[in-house]
Amino acid sequence: MNIHEYQGKEILRKYGVAVPNGKVAYSVDEAVEAAEELGTDVSVVKAQIHAGGRGKAGGVKVAKNIDEVRTYADEILGKTLVTHQTGPEGKEVKRLLIEEGCDIKKEYYIGLVLDRATSKVTMMASEEGGTEIEEVAAKTPEKIFKEVIDPVTGLLPYQARRLAFNINIPNEYLSKAVKFMIGLYQVFIEKDCSIAEINPLVTTGDGDVLALDAKLNFDDNALFRQKDVVDFRDLDEEDEKEIEASKFDLSYVALDGNIGCMVNGAGLAMSTMDIIKHYDGEPANFLDVGGGATAEKVTAAFKIILSDENVKGIFVNIFGGIMKCDVIAEGVVQATKEVGLEIPLVVRLEGTNVDDGKEILANSGLDITPAESMADGAEKIVSLVK
Amino acid sequence: MSVFIDKNTKVLVQGITGSTALFHTKQMLDYGTKIVGGVTPKKGGTEVEGVPVFNTVEEAVNQTGANASVIYVPAPFAADAIIEAVDAELDLVICITEHIPVMDMVKVKRYMEGKKTRLVGPNCPGVITPEECKIGIMPGYIHKKGHIGVVSRSGTLTYEAVHQLSENGFGQSTAVGIGGDPVNGTDFIDTLQAFNEDPETEAVMMIGEIGGTAEEEAAEWVKANMTKPVVGFIGGATAPPGKRMGHAGAIISGGKGTADEKIKTMNNCGIEVAETPSVMGETLINVLKNKGLYEKCKTH
Repeated sequence: MNIHEYQGKEILRKYGVAVPNGKVAYSVDEAVEAAEELGTDVSVVKAQIHAGGRGKAGGVKVAKNIDEVRTYADEILGKTLVTHQTGPEGKEVKRLLIEEGCDIKKEYYIGLVLDRATSKVTMMASEEGGTEIEEVAAKTPEKIFKEVIDPVTGLLPYQARRLAFNINIPNEYLSKAVKFMIGLYQVFIEKDCSIAEINPLVTTGDGDVLALDAKLNFDDNALFRQKDVVDFRDLDEEDEKEIEASKFDLSYVALDGNIGCMVNGAGLAMSTMDIIKHYDGEPANFLDVGGGATAEKVTAAFKIILSDENVKGIFVNIFGGIMKCDVIAEGVVQATKEVGLEIPLVVRLEGTNVDDGKEILANSGLDITPAESMADGAEKIVSLVK
Repeated sequence: MSVFIDKNTKVLVQGITGSTALFHTKQMLDYGTKIVGGVTPKKGGTEVEGVPVFNTVEEAVNQTGANASVIYVPAPFAADAIIEAVDAELDLVICITEHIPVMDMVKVKRYMEGKKTRLVGPNCPGVITPEECKIGIMPGYIHKKGHIGVVSRSGTLTYEAVHQLSENGFGQSTAVGIGGDPVNGTDFIDTLQAFNEDPETEAVMMIGEIGGTAEEEAAEWVKANMTKPVVGFIGGATAPPGKRMGHAGAIISGGKGTADEKIKTMNNCGIEVAETPSVMGETLINVLKNKGLYEKCKTH
């Protein structure tokens, strides 16, 4: 799950990780009010969307007085920002962060991620702040320093110091930088983050070490114990169909094609997309109905697939292990009746209770094209939507 | 022979009284798996499906002599269940549970350093040695006894591969689902090593997917160590970057973990990769023919 920058900074503040003062604003008046309250000479007007690259897209402006705050807030609110992370359709700005300006000495990068090779959390740091870390990694990998963190001890002060020395943070900022890094690690662990990225981290003329930006992503599997993080969820930032899917515990990702897919198991769902593409079709979605699907879940999945106007046909590909084929078949029949399916439907069933499943489909009296294998199914649905 | 489990494996079911666990306990018993006990706190002293239930893993091990367990407990309690099994010094723990928080698994993995227990999973279909022992949730009937080792990050893709092999007359030595999470127990290399040492296994099918670099590392290991042919498949060639494809571990991030990159490395390391999931079996069979292993591996 993603949250906004201002929400991330709220969390950081609670853990003693230094961030500039700032306030969220939903309107131009609120933005002006926030700037007046901050009372600084310079303030920054920042678009709040769940995507990086806001600055380049014109979503971040430095205002030298209140009038400029009003002008910029008016300009950015309601604007659709297109960045490398939003897709071509862009994202509309509905919230602003009004933040005090600060006297930046130098920009750095600090990030925490899970290192899959060691199964441990790793802190990465670089002197090349403000640049995408992927870019730094590709061009100058020697400028990225890493510390692998033992979950028993957490990030140790010497590791934080070593990172700070490696990225040449001046000695006068050292203790603040160490405090910052250890606090950030604490946030990562206690809030079940999947990514915590501070880019840039800055040293200031006032002797501070501050997070100028904050990108926190959270482990969806841990949200059950992170109620305050869940409260930060902004549904405006998410795909409607993905929201609906999450209510039914379905794993759905919208894509650009016209063949709706309903599959059990993530690996098979991905491969179903791959094989549709292999036969020159275009998948409209990734949809994993998961292990414990019921007829209701299958019906919900069908409705979500059909709510995508681009969908011209559906391919159901089920290999039942934990999932029983008869349950899927019943769900397919129920859903087809309920939604009045008018587009081609190809169903491939294999696995636990497969014969019962096939019988249910055959006796349903519905226009369902059975498939013998996933290749057969993919070929059939591709030719049916053409 | 086989890897990890055989007809002598004595299995405990942790969380046995849950509905999914009950269904699969029945299926495992029908398959012939030696389920010697179940564990559900507060249900000790009862019996389900003719299997005695205990309050703790330790007690169950003491009473039954179990050497393996399979975990079906809900995600918030699964890490605790794994550690309980590790502390009871079981040889093997197979965790089926999906959606375990990553940080829980980071702790579990660290806790297991230096311990004797092998963990398979989480978020996996389990392990099956056909016609001997089935531990997990896979449909037993698709598997046939034979000489092909199967190792995979994905459950249903494993079934797909096994089905194709069995249909064409190529039984399996053992099929191991290592799971789709970013932090798991047994990995590709552990399993490949076991297959390499197993006299019954003649060739291996390795099924990976986007995300991480486990396939690349395994491919390098194969190049350096493996004496048996390995055939691969990678799911998710058409997945968009930055989107989590169901499995917590299936995500292309920062340009890393793409199918293209994995396939390239595998090919460079002498692993032939099936072009589509429907030709996984066919690709392996062709390799068997080229290596003169066709007759040896054709079981039915």
